[in-house]
Amino acid sequence: MTPLSSGALTISDGRLALSALLILVNVGLSVALRLGLARSLLVASLRMVVQLLLVGYVLEWLFRQDNAPLIVLVGAAMAMIAGVSAVQRTRRRFVGIYLNSLLAVMASSALVTGLAVTGLIQPQPWYDPQYLIPLLGMVLGNTLNGISLGLDRFMEGLRTGRDRVETALALGATRWEACQEVVRDAIRVAMIPTINSMMVMGLVSLPGMMTGQILQGAAPEAAVRYQIVILFMIASATALGVFGVVGLAYRRLTSADHQLRLDRLLNVGG
Amino acid sequence: MDRPLLLRATELKRQLGDRLLWSQLDLELAAGERLGLVAPSGAGKTLLLRALAMLDPLQDGTISLQGRTPTSWGLPRWRSMVLYLSQGPVAHGGTVEANLRSPWTFQELRGRGGWRRERIKEWLAALGRDPSFLAYDAERLSGGELQLMALLRALQFDPTVLLLDEPTASLDGATSAALETLLIEWLAAGQRAAMFTSHDSEQIQRFATRTLELRP
Repeated sequence: MTPLSSGALTISDGRLALSALLILVNVGLSVALRLGLARSLLVASLRMVVQLLLVGYVLEWLFRQDNAPLIVLVGAAMAMIAGVSAVQRTRRRFVGIYLNSLLAVMASSALVTGLAVTGLIQPQPWYDPQYLIPLLGMVLGNTLNGISLGLDRFMEGLRTGRDRVETALALGATRWEACQEVVRDAIRVAMIPTINSMMVMGLVSLPGMMTGQILQGAAPEAAVRYQIVILFMIASATALGVFGVVGLAYRRLTSADHQLRLDRLLNVGG
Repeated sequence: MDRPLLLRATELKRQLGDRLLWSQLDLELAAGERLGLVAPSGAGKTLLLRALAMLDPLQDGTISLQGRTPTSWGLPRWRSMVLYLSQGPVAHGGTVEANLRSPWTFQELRGRGGWRRERIKEWLAALGRDPSFLAYDAERLSGGELQLMALLRALQFDPTVLLLDEPTASLDGATSAALETLLIEWLAAGQRAAMFTSHDSEQIQRFATRTLELRP
């Protein structure tokens, strides 16, 4: 497989440590304004550093592998973590929510990333981890946000719109007629970040992947092409994932007897 | 018998957590009846009405309308025939007319003749309201006006059994009386029945043809 070329300047250990001082700006602000964030900021920083350093080693090892099942397994593990984290940000739960989230994340990311590596980017072989893993990672990171937002909004929407939904049901609406407004609203909200980021792409934000490639010495024009493919992948995977998870939640929180089953909704402490 | 049996429920049970609200509850409602449901607060009057409309899963027992179960009618049709009017009516954005018209777009109700403005106007007149009520912004109605709107929204589908949960709670005495008269006339115009709750014992005495007391 292709050796990793390093075109960018290396950051020494000392300078890496120096960069950590930047987080003191946040800590200082938090202390001065009593935001109570200092502890979480430090924990988050520490986690970020440890996770990334570890991932650096894991990736070095992973990129040398040439074993399709192993690489797919790593991808599936990433998708599982994304599916579980997506649920953790929601304010309410129902039995089966984790399974729903996992199904939605895995199906959408597998489909979109699969199509991209086999049809669009076409690395040889298709499971070349240097392509598959980072692409999948970016798709998952964004799908996760969409699923969190969509699920949370859907559950809250049913709760706050309960009287309206039940009024429609009481008059003879089907469960879909009664809930469709809440379903649409949840999907719409979940898609907003993706649409916003595409709107200002390149004008306001230079995406991380593109920045990385450019620092590595890639021609900006080539980096841009990757970025375009990635953004389309993210948009479609997010849409599919959100659609899937909200659809599954809708089926779970209503019944075949066209009832609203908010009794299946559980509160999460905190 | 010239008064056919409409709604029949047998051995209904409702439990909330480990609190038993009612069990072994049998109920029959014949055409023309106005059954007043009497029970202290928290005894599950609303839950009984909701159960009859199949808005909550049945914990035990059976229900039928004209001898057929909810499943055999199909749930949306069942609810349009055993229509539950909640204590806290809600409106969506737009005018009162838009709110009265929107349920006509439901699959179940679409083929039933549609919106009849003249009929609604007659009912409004009977309730002492001007036809301009239809143009009001539904989200700015008072509690009482919302109750009237919700009643008209339900009546226009001519349900077989109307389940009224505190239908006059936010209405003044004169409008309450007008509403009772309107309901009596509407019930007499077909094979229909009503069941209602009220915290006004005088209303129950005046309006009910029979009462049912809920005891655990």
